[in-house]
Amino acid sequence: MRHRRQFVVLIGLLLLVAGASLYHKVFNLHLPLLPGQMDDAWAVEAHINFTADERVPVRVELPLPENQPGFSRISEDFVTRDFGLTTEQVNGGRHAIWSVRRSGGTQSLYYRAVFYRDGTASTDALGAQPLPPAIPDYPDPSGPAILSVLEEVRQRSADIETFSRNLLARLNAAEPSEDVRIIRADYQPDSPEWSHQLAHLLAGARIAARPVHGLQMDDGMRRARIQTLLAVHNGQQWLIFDPRTGERRELPKDFLIWHAGERPLLELSGATSGQVRFSVARHVRPQAELIQALPEVQDSPLTDFSLMGLPVETQNLYRILFTLPIGALLVVFMRNMIGIRTFGTFMPVLIALAFIETRLLLGIGLFTLLVGTGLLMRFYLERLQLLFVPRIAAVLTLVIMMMALVSIVSNLLGYQQGLVISVFPMVILAMTIERMSVVWEEQGASEAMGQAAGSLFTAVLGYLLMTRPLVTHMVFVFPETLLIVLALLLLLGRYTGYRLSELWRFRHALWGHGAQS
Amino acid sequence: MTGVLRRLRTAGILSMNRRNLDYIQRHNPRRLYPLVDDKLITRERAIANGIAVPETFAVIETEHQNRKLGELLEAHGDFVIKPAHGSGGNGILVIHERIGQGKRTSYMRGDGRPLRIDALRFHVSNILSGLYSLSGSSDRAIIEYRVKPDPLFKHISFRGIPDIRMVVYKGVPLMAMLRLPTSGSGGKANLHQGAIGVGVDMFSGITAHGVHYERPAQRHPDTGYPLAGLQLPDWETLLLLAARCHDFTELGYLGVDVVLDPTHGPLLLELNARPGLSIQLANHCGLLHRLRAADNINPIPSNAAQRVTLGQKLVKQTD
Repeated sequence: MRHRRQFVVLIGLLLLVAGASLYHKVFNLHLPLLPGQMDDAWAVEAHINFTADERVPVRVELPLPENQPGFSRISEDFVTRDFGLTTEQVNGGRHAIWSVRRSGGTQSLYYRAVFYRDGTASTDALGAQPLPPAIPDYPDPSGPAILSVLEEVRQRSADIETFSRNLLARLNAAEPSEDVRIIRADYQPDSPEWSHQLAHLLAGARIAARPVHGLQMDDGMRRARIQTLLAVHNGQQWLIFDPRTGERRELPKDFLIWHAGERPLLELSGATSGQVRFSVARHVRPQAELIQALPEVQDSPLTDFSLMGLPVETQNLYRILFTLPIGALLVVFMRNMIGIRTFGTFMPVLIALAFIETRLLLGIGLFTLLVGTGLLMRFYLERLQLLFVPRIAAVLTLVIMMMALVSIVSNLLGYQQGLVISVFPMVILAMTIERMSVVWEEQGASEAMGQAAGSLFTAVLGYLLMTRPLVTHMVFVFPETLLIVLALLLLLGRYTGYRLSELWRFRHALWGHGAQS
Repeated sequence: MTGVLRRLRTAGILSMNRRNLDYIQRHNPRRLYPLVDDKLITRERAIANGIAVPETFAVIETEHQNRKLGELLEAHGDFVIKPAHGSGGNGILVIHERIGQGKRTSYMRGDGRPLRIDALRFHVSNILSGLYSLSGSSDRAIIEYRVKPDPLFKHISFRGIPDIRMVVYKGVPLMAMLRLPTSGSGGKANLHQGAIGVGVDMFSGITAHGVHYERPAQRHPDTGYPLAGLQLPDWETLLLLAARCHDFTELGYLGVDVVLDPTHGPLLLELNARPGLSIQLANHCGLLHRLRAADNINPIPSNAAQRVTLGQKLVKQTD
């Protein structure tokens, strides 16, 4: 009785742990339950080019894109060459600083990052409300003109939004006023710095504004143009304006904010003719992989042990190994619930594994051909009256030679597939032949054939099950599925009911009982 | 199908899974297996407990001894060569007669085929290398007395020797069947190799229905004689012998195989820690009700004769 309670508690615990972990991963971390869901990841690259002055220390500073609503960075890397690299927090944003004591000539530096788009863009990315800026000290001759324009605009606007729109319209006007003409003599609307100047002018009215540099995530942008917008804070939220037209607009969809602030995109010292070029490329990758790479998922204690963190080769090994318990579950089911006879307990799973390497149809063909000829050879060897162990070894040798023959013949015929046999399926086949010979001698031909057919059938089912994308996805992305498999195995281990085959086998024992019941 | 399931349950048919889990695993500890898997140990224990077994002429353990096989066999005209760890009647070679002298000696098998000493040596070699052993590890060959066919079974046996299988639970004999070799079974008395199983009444020792390859059989397929109605001699003695086998094995769920020799009487042939389920088919009756009834008896008498009576009482009770 105590055993029984212990058993129930154990099963319950296994299911509970697996269930809780699954729930957390699906509903909190949003890992996809089904395989095959693909998603876009964006690889962005900044390529910095400059000519370094001879014999002077060179310093290159580039602001880096941050995680932001809509985009999560799942990886980044730097190409630094001979430069030393540091990253620094500057005004809430991260900057990369490359520096070298002596350099010269044309230099290239790269920054690459992969972003996963998990939602829509929002101006929250720009941060909280800044303090109102101090009124700058505008130099002559534009100073008076600026103040006059600001005063004019102030009188014709109601709030920060209308003020900004008005000012921008005025400054961008096709036929500018005298004052604007004076201002534009210093500040060019077409220059990349135009947004910076606009922010500078708005500061004259104590309005917080900052240029926003970003990239539009479009596929195949070998040369992505950085787009600059002007963000103005109206006391409640950031408003986005087009610095060239002065129109109010939303942040574009799929717009990755690279950098927002007064600082220019690229700061150089000890070098000239610096420029930064951007490119954007879309990578379609499985959603599960992308989500598991997200920082918040990575920080979750449950995913610390995730297989995704392993080297790819090891990952691939576990992709296969983790389906083995599923195959084992199938064998247990087939043997103890259905009553199918197989060679040993896990030979069918191993044969199924061999099929994964050889592909199914070819695998079945090779299996029957090689096991068949192996048995024929065995019968011949039996007539020679050899001892058991040498006889099995001789069969193994002959089978391997047979395999080589299959490979050579199929190669000559131009089929590449026969060459697929690798060490693993070969060992499995040899083991099957040995096992079958033993059963043949011990329990007779019909039992051996029955077990061979049962093994092959179970192996085919196992192959079909173990290669299902749903199965491989579940066990690999949610290894807690194995706890459920374990619970099922324990339950099956206590199954004392009839096997399906026994309903047939014992039907004649019912004679004389059928009438009574 | 659910109908069949329900009827199997009411009939108390023991399933393979339940046999393995509730009876073999619970009542037959692994450490006791060597006792029944090694026929030499079984034999030794049986003799020590006063149970008759076929006489052992020689035991061959090495290839070296195997070379002197001819000399070892000199004193015996007929004999049986079997592996100590064999199962399912495999690896058993029965020699009925020796003809000729020296190098020309022929050993005649049951079917009249002669074998040379080389063939016998090869057979012993196979046994030694573990071909017929349960685990596949190296084994010993036993050369023993050939049990003679009892005239009683003349009409319902094809070569080989019939034996009587009894299932003994906690020392209480609960079910029995007579196993008859056929031409299909090659003289072996194992049901899955084609022998016929015939249910035996636990009170009278009279045979009833037969089962051949898991199908009902009324007549022996080779001789055509009916299987039912044969009275096994000294039935109570056979049951007592089976009950006593429990005393020296401690196995809770035990199969006892006994042969009847015209001169030596009942001889214990071998014990089985995993007796098969076909005995239920031969008896048209499930084992489970009887096993459960035995579980309700506490304590089970230590006297073997009392256990035989108890077994018959339980059979009557659950019928």
